[in-house]
Amino acid sequence: MTTLTKSASVLMSVGGRAVEAKPGQTILDAARQAGIYIPALCAHPGLEPSGTCNLCVVEVAGRPEPVKACLTEATDGMVINIDSPSLREARLAALKKILAQHPNACLTCWRKVHCKPFDICLRNVRVTERCVTCPKNQRCELQKAADYIGLEGETVPGYKYRGIILEKDSPFFDRDYNLCIDCGLCMAVCSQVRGAAALERVPRGGYKLPGPKNGTLIESGCQSCGACVDVCPVGALTDSGSKWEGVAERSVKTICPYCGVGCQLILELKGDRIIRTRPDPEGPANRGQACVKGRYGIAEFVHSPERLTKPLVRKGEEFVETTWDEALALIAEKLGQYKGDQFAMVTSAKCTNEDNYVMQKFARVVMQTNNVDHCARL
Amino acid sequence: MTNSIREIGDAACILAIGTNTTQAHPVLALQIIRAVKRGAKLIVANPREIPLVKFATIWLRQHPGTDVPLVMGMIRVILDEDLADEEFIRERCENLDALKESLRQFDLDTVERITGVPRQQIVEAARLYATSKPASILYTMGITQHSHGTDNVMSLGNLAMVTGNVGRPSSGVNPLRGQNNVQGACDMGALPNVFTGYQRVDDAQARKKFEDAWGIALSPKPGLTVTETFHHALDGHIKAMYIVGENPVLTEASAHHVEEALKKLEFVVVQDIFMSETARLAHVVLPAASFAEKDGSFTNTERRVQRVRQVIPPVGESRPDWLIMCQVAQKMGAAGFDYESPSDIMKEIASLTPSYGGITLERLEQTSLQWPCPAPDHPGTPVMHVGKFSRGKGRFAALNYIPSAELPDAEYPLILTTGRSLYQYHSGTMTRKVRGLNKMSGQEKVEINPADAARFGLKDGDAVKVISRRGKVSARVKVTQSSPPGVVFMTFHFAESPTNVLTSPALDPVAKTPEFKVAAVRVEKEESPVGAGAR
Repeated sequence: MTTLTKSASVLMSVGGRAVEAKPGQTILDAARQAGIYIPALCAHPGLEPSGTCNLCVVEVAGRPEPVKACLTEATDGMVINIDSPSLREARLAALKKILAQHPNACLTCWRKVHCKPFDICLRNVRVTERCVTCPKNQRCELQKAADYIGLEGETVPGYKYRGIILEKDSPFFDRDYNLCIDCGLCMAVCSQVRGAAALERVPRGGYKLPGPKNGTLIESGCQSCGACVDVCPVGALTDSGSKWEGVAERSVKTICPYCGVGCQLILELKGDRIIRTRPDPEGPANRGQACVKGRYGIAEFVHSPERLTKPLVRKGEEFVETTWDEALALIAEKLGQYKGDQFAMVTSAKCTNEDNYVMQKFARVVMQTNNVDHCARL
Repeated sequence: MTNSIREIGDAACILAIGTNTTQAHPVLALQIIRAVKRGAKLIVANPREIPLVKFATIWLRQHPGTDVPLVMGMIRVILDEDLADEEFIRERCENLDALKESLRQFDLDTVERITGVPRQQIVEAARLYATSKPASILYTMGITQHSHGTDNVMSLGNLAMVTGNVGRPSSGVNPLRGQNNVQGACDMGALPNVFTGYQRVDDAQARKKFEDAWGIALSPKPGLTVTETFHHALDGHIKAMYIVGENPVLTEASAHHVEEALKKLEFVVVQDIFMSETARLAHVVLPAASFAEKDGSFTNTERRVQRVRQVIPPVGESRPDWLIMCQVAQKMGAAGFDYESPSDIMKEIASLTPSYGGITLERLEQTSLQWPCPAPDHPGTPVMHVGKFSRGKGRFAALNYIPSAELPDAEYPLILTTGRSLYQYHSGTMTRKVRGLNKMSGQEKVEINPADAARFGLKDGDAVKVISRRGKVSARVKVTQSSPPGVVFMTFHFAESPTNVLTSPALDPVAKTPEFKVAAVRVEKEESPVGAGAR
């Protein structure tokens, strides 16, 4: 076996900026890690690059032809140019090829910055082709790439609306194949990362596009994890519950409340309402993955109308609402009569460390007993 | 876990025993899949044909409750074929002779007869595990929820030590913890016999430390486990309980007695986010803030302490659990409960708990930390037992085969084993509020082998009663090869089909864990179906 001695890190210049890459990393991954944008629709961190979208072309000093940043390994001393007239021309050609499969009237429209979702379209663009009526509007990778490359005033030949009916067989996400650009990321994540391999290219409305291999998602082995939705660069796969919520006002990182794996999640909010939950790519235990419960099972229980909102005391067979002061006074008076081993505390594996610490301290210090436990054995 | 989650994906061999990982720990299961895709060997040991089986190099389908003979059989093959790590055994372990002596009863003929696993498969699994290094063992409740659960765990410890598979990256014994913060609750001393960081209440020195910090004399007598508590409530020794965020009416074994016990208590407080089946039996119900409404930390199965951040204000008049508890304590005139914030509480935890000594919420804001993390500049500990076990030498355990407490007979001819579904969680208090999850899995299904279905005249979708010595539960039948002949499977997520009415009251003598994995039942067709949401 040959052993290659690799230096601990690779230094290169990307668009005039010094960038440090890990050995074996691609130019695209290293640039993304450094926060440098290179348009790319079919490459996602952690997935094998397929190199099909052709948008990530860059120029490497000393090489005669542009290279694909997603397929080219970063090497020490590389000088990489990410923008030039000829690169723009190459990307524009690649983008037009993609847009021949995707609605684009709005991407090329000079008025797009003025339009709001319910404005009357002055250019008579069909409602199915407007960016303002796409669920991914302003969160769309294709839109971002088009803006970066610059499409205003261009014409895109060959686009025809596919007219495929919206698929709603999952209770968690919708599939709109009129918006699919066939980048293959959904299939890649489902097979490479999730091991479910529920998706492959299947005939649909005269096209061959990624979809459940055995008809329905369930019969194809779908686990409803939503990883395909997370990697979809366009509006083809969207969470049905938050489809029209648009861009979040703010987002907060926290930890999933379900199992013991401890996935870090990003909760997206509008006001005090959780609109969307997605797994954090930086989560140490989950690295951008979640399961169906963490992905789709949080907002509804947190905001459930069945949440307890007031202290309740039993009066006969009924519970009646009371104030905190009265509830606390009643508990303090009653528990005062049961100090010692006639009392038992059950704490919760759902609660925080700090909650549990205070509860066991309460049992031991205030109630003078070690009768404290939780559901660890169940 | 003695290793980190990420390391599982780098193992050369994984033994997944008594864990339905893709359903109960779906994101951790991705590491098993990553390992298999890298070419690792996967040994699945499970009576049920769980989804992980399709990734397995070899699947050992042992009868429920026969893990000790299965694992001891593997160890015997390893020793007989000189596949043991003798240097590791010599330098880091003790009591090998006693282990060898106890292995005499586990010849492969006997093991095959008890476990139902063909001897050739046992040999093959033993060779795979012993020769593909690093090897990781993963287990969950399929190992612990037996009347001999502690023995099961010790058998796995034996197997790991005999091959030197402990204390290295991707090499260890890894129990996957169930609840989001069950590891943390244990670490915090929410256990009857220990303070924080597993410092024993009957250790005078440890007790003195907490007495000094808390300014009060503490009881040296270990308390009761939850399961024991309900027995003591029934016979009148326990008179009052305070239950936070748990639903024992659905989750405890042999659940009828829990309901009875709660009704008998003179005073019960339940603090929860929903009116659970348990809360309905309380005298006072307090509204708690959910995880999304509070700050603090959870500790995951790999001992990783992570920051929980408040996302929205508490719903209605609900309050964070720590605050409510402090307010009760203060109302009762206690000192030492005047924390301003969870950050204050963590400071006190760190000051009393060596393994959390270097952990503050401020540090967690930047990065998660795996305990032991004894000092503010300590980076945390991804792999445990490197070079040395916590107790010094790793002690081999001599073990015997102890059959499950309740085995099938003519009246109750089937074994009931319980577990979890991907789409629901525990007693369903949270997940059953989510429409999509209910659509995917909305009612209890008794999984039964086609041969048994034919034997009892049942077909897919039939309404049935499952009956044990302790009660009856209505559900629908799902005929599937996933269940081995003689075994039926149910979850415990559905209040309409409270499976734990059926389960056995037998406990592991050491861990006091109930035997959820083996109870004798019979299944009868229900003529006029009631409950279980006939759909």
